[in-house]
Amino acid sequence: MQKYSVFSLIKNAFSDHQNWEVAWKDPTPKNEYDVVIIGGGGHGLATAYYLAKVHKITNVAVIEKGWIGGGNVGRNTTIIRSNFMYDANARFNEFGMDLWRNLSQELNFNVMFSPRGIINLAHSDAQMNAYARRGNSMRLNGIDAKLLNRDEVKKLIPMADFSDEVRFPIFGGLMQPSAGTARHDGVAWGYARQADSMGVDIIQHCEVEGFDVESGKIKGVRTSKGVIKAKKVGLCVAGSTNILAEKLNMTLPIETHLLQACVSEPVKPVLDGVVTFGAGHFYISQSDKGEMVMGGDLDGYNSYAQRGNLPTIQHVLTGGLALFPFLSRLKMLRTWGGIMDMSMDGSPIIDKTHIEGLYLNCGWCYGGFKSTPVSGWTFAHTIAQDRLHELNADLTLNRFSNGYLLDEKGLGTKTWIS
Amino acid sequence: MLHINCPFCGLRAQKEFAYGGDATVKRPEINKEVSKEEWDNFVYMRKSPRGKHIELWHHISGCRQWFKVQRDTATHEIFKTAKMSEEIV
Repeated sequence: MQKYSVFSLIKNAFSDHQNWEVAWKDPTPKNEYDVVIIGGGGHGLATAYYLAKVHKITNVAVIEKGWIGGGNVGRNTTIIRSNFMYDANARFNEFGMDLWRNLSQELNFNVMFSPRGIINLAHSDAQMNAYARRGNSMRLNGIDAKLLNRDEVKKLIPMADFSDEVRFPIFGGLMQPSAGTARHDGVAWGYARQADSMGVDIIQHCEVEGFDVESGKIKGVRTSKGVIKAKKVGLCVAGSTNILAEKLNMTLPIETHLLQACVSEPVKPVLDGVVTFGAGHFYISQSDKGEMVMGGDLDGYNSYAQRGNLPTIQHVLTGGLALFPFLSRLKMLRTWGGIMDMSMDGSPIIDKTHIEGLYLNCGWCYGGFKSTPVSGWTFAHTIAQDRLHELNADLTLNRFSNGYLLDEKGLGTKTWIS
Repeated sequence: MLHINCPFCGLRAQKEFAYGGDATVKRPEINKEVSKEEWDNFVYMRKSPRGKHIELWHHISGCRQWFKVQRDTATHEIFKTAKMSEEIV
C-alpha cells in the first residue's frame, strides 16, 4: 500500500496526480471466508480492520448493500465524546477516546480529529445538580469533566443568548474538554484502506438476501452476488438491523427511527466546540468549512425513509434559535436524515446470539459515530475469541430480560415520553 | 408533513398528533401467571418492519382520542386509520 505523506504528495504532483493507487480494491467475492461482516459503515470497516490488525484474521469480507460510508457514518454530526455516567458506557467510550487520539497516525489517513470540547448547558438548579453528579461519575472513571458556571459559559460561547428575557436562562454547564469532532467519511475511508491493504475484501453493492443456518449454526449468507460461505458472520447494519433480524426469525429490543441533521451556509468562526441545549433537544457545532452543523430530536415515529419531515426540523431549530438568536439570519444549506437502530434503553448491544457463529452489533441509537473505533475493537474481539471483551461485557442482548438496563438517560426508543 | 385521518375529527396535520408506538403489541393477561419471556416481548421486543406498520397515534391537540394507523414506514403512505375498538386487517 502506498503511504500517504508530504513526500508522496510532492512525488505525485509531478505526474498531475494521475498515478495514485486505488485506496481499496473492488474484488469479486470468494466462495468462503472465515468472517463475513455485513455492513460497510464505520463500525463494520473498523471491525474488519481490528480483526486483521489485532487478531490476525485476514480472510474477511465486508459486504455492503450500497457504497461504503454511504450510511450513517456519512450522515452524522461527527461528535465524539465520552461524557457518560454509567460505568459500562463510560469505560467503553473512554477507551474509544484513546483510539481516536491516535487514529490518524494509525490509519495513515487524516481523520481530522479535533478535540475542541463539548458543553452540555444547564437551565435550572436541578439540572446543575444532575450535571455535577454526572461530572463526578465521569471523573471517577478517569474522564475529564468540568462544571462551568454562567460566567464561564459566557466566556466560551459569548454569542449565546445571555439576556434577561429568555425563557430558559443559562445557569451553567458540564464540559468535557477532550471531546470533539472528526471528519466522518474520512474515518470510513481510512479504515477501509487499511483493512483492504491487509487482505480484507470490501464488496460493495452486494445486498444480503438471506442466511444459511443449519442446526443452530451459521453457514453463510445469500447475497445479490451469490452465496458466500462463512464460519462466522457479524451484523453491523445499524438502521437495517430489524430487516436482517426478520430474515433470521429474531425479534430484537430495537425500533428503527429517523434522525435528521442540517447545516447552514458557511460563516466565519463563531463557535469553537460542541454545544447542547439543555431545555430542548438541540446540539450544534461549527465545521472546519464554517457551516453550523445542527441536530436534535428523532422524527418520532418508526421510519426507514432516510429523509426527514419538516415539522421536526422546525421544532429542533426553535430550540436552536432560543439558544443562538444569530442563527435566524443564516440560510440553511441542506438537511438530511439517517435511520437509527434505537435500543430500548438507549445503549448499544455488542453480543453473541443464540445462533452459533452469528454476532450482533446494533442499538447505537443516535450516538454510533463516536464509538466507531471502540465498537470495531470490541466486536472484532467478540468475533475472533467467541467471547465478550470486558469493555462490552455489559452490552449484552439479555440485559433487557435480566433487568440490567443501561438506561443512561432513561429514554430509549420512547422519545415521545421525553 | 403527514396528514392523518383521525377517525373522530377527519383529516388533520401531523403537528396535532403524538405517536404511541406499535399497536400490535398485546399486554399479557392480568390474572394469569406471566412468564419472563412474555413480559420481555411485551415491554422490549419489537418487529419494527420496513413497510406496513400498524401503530398508535394520539390526537393530543384535538379530540385527545387514541386510535390506530396503518402506515408504510419507508414511504410514509397512510393506508387506513381505525378506532381502538376496530381491527385493521
